Amino acid sequence: MHVTRGFTGRPRVPNSGLPPGQYDAGDDWPVLSAEVTPELAPADWTFTVDGLVAEPRTWSWDEAHALPASAYEGDIHCVTSWSKFGVRFGGVSLDAFLDLVRPAPQATHAVAYSHTGYTANLPLADLTGGRAWIVWEYGDEPLPAEHGGPARLLVPHLYFWKSAKWIAGLRLLDHDEPGFWEQNGYHHRGNPWEEQRYSGD
Amino acid sequence: MTGTFTPPTRFAVPGRIAVDNDTATTWQRATLTEIRRETPRAATFRFAVPGWRGHVPGQHVMLRLTAEDGYTAQRHYSIASPPDDVGHIELTLDHVEGGEVSGWFHAVAEPGDQVEVRGPNSGFFAWTGDRPALLVGAGSGVVPLMSMVRHHRARSLSVPLRLLVSARGPEELIYASEYGSETTPVFTRSAPPGVPVGRLSAAQVAALVADAPDGGWEAYVCGSNGFAEHASRLLVEAGQPVDRIRIERFG
Ligand SMILES: Cc1cc2nc3c(=O)[nH]c(=O)nc-3n(C[C@H](O)[C@H](O)[C@H](O)COP(=O)(O)OP(=O)(O)OC[C@H]3O[C@@H](n4cnc5c(N)ncnc54)[C@H](O)[C@@H]3O)c2cc1C
Repeated sequence: MHVTRGFTGRPRVPNSGLPPGQYDAGDDWPVLSAEVTPELAPADWTFTVDGLVAEPRTWSWDEAHALPASAYEGDIHCVTSWSKFGVRFGGVSLDAFLDLVRPAPQATHAVAYSHTGYTANLPLADLTGGRAWIVWEYGDEPLPAEHGGPARLLVPHLYFWKSAKWIAGLRLLDHDEPGFWEQNGYHHRGNPWEEQRYSGD
Repeated sequence: MTGTFTPPTRFAVPGRIAVDNDTATTWQRATLTEIRRETPRAATFRFAVPGWRGHVPGQHVMLRLTAEDGYTAQRHYSIASPPDDVGHIELTLDHVEGGEVSGWFHAVAEPGDQVEVRGPNSGFFAWTGDRPALLVGAGSGVVPLMSMVRHHRARSLSVPLRLLVSARGPEELIYASEYGSETTPVFTRSAPPGVPVGRLSAAQVAALVADAPDGGWEAYVCGSNGFAEHASRLLVEAGQPVDRIRIERFG
């Protein structure tokens, strides 16, 4: 540790719920994406799960909305070091999609990909058991396009680059395959509580 | 199932520059050697980083400040200096009202102070100088683009390079004295006599996109999210392919 002369920082909040190295962005919701925000209409949105599954399948907007609704209420954490408390997203649990396609026993990982071609890798265990969603509402409003609308993946227990915006699908694999940021030096898993920011952390 | 999975859609922003995992994960001591005022709100902080293994223009670092009780704050900052400035990096920081890290830099920092950096990080916004580049930035978003311009100049590269830089007024234009014929400044609030006032226009972007060299531009857009949305939309409308637009948003 190297103390910075004259740096005191903001007042500390004990048990703030912040992972190490994060700060509370308050009402701000910074936008961080490397690409042009696509103009993707709900009618053109689809979500596919394939790869190592018994029955690959594609859902349209209406078909996905016919699945049981599920909401996430809690915190989110971005690797650029902001966190946001008490946010609410509405959509469908990823378990509802996976139950229908039936992952093969040898499936261990997934690549999430977007309608723009962005990719992020995830261990399958991080996507199941009520820990991941496909969401289309933020608060009670439609998810804004710059935040991934009409629909994005939500994996709130990992850094937010895993929660692929404009989600198009998941391909299940029997191995880990680095996605866009992981190929650009970021950690393969991205657990904020262990500060897994960069590859090698 | 083996083999690399490629999404069925166009890969928007392929990464090109491999990031060195050692440098990306090791905190290094950086000693402040010089502070240069750029504008009333922005200053450049020059650091000696003896073990710095170099960067590609466009990359950024993670910077960490530590208080006596162990509390830390870390933020991303783009590198402004060119890679040939060996053993040194320069960062240019806006003074954000109430900002924890930029506030320390603007109110407390003096030459001799030490901070910690790790990086460089992120290869996707990097530009090695190999392809024609159309750079579009606003405010402190010009910082990583300036590293590219300086690199272009330092190496006397002949590959075409253009910079569109937006500022509120001439007094807020960072690096004003360094721009040459490659640069078109855009002033949104006040401008020198004879220069129009207004935000970056479709016509300005279209003129540059239309003037693309053989093989087309790689476009690099950097600034606030609002600016990035506006500029990237104008680029797309002017015919720049979406998969050849890279965006760095400062949050
Ligand atoms: C890839 C990347 C590159 C970047 N490059 C640059 C660059 O080259 N130059 C540059 O200037 N910036 C750059 N930034 C932005 C930079 O990382 C910081 O966000 C910026 O300097 C603000 O940090 P800060 O600590 O000064 O402000 P923060 O403390 O983060 O505050 C930001 C705003 O939030 C308010 N705020 C936050 N928390 C509180 C609180 N608890 N109480 C009251 N108010 C609060 C502040 O008042 C302020 O308005 C970059 C960002 C990214 C992601």
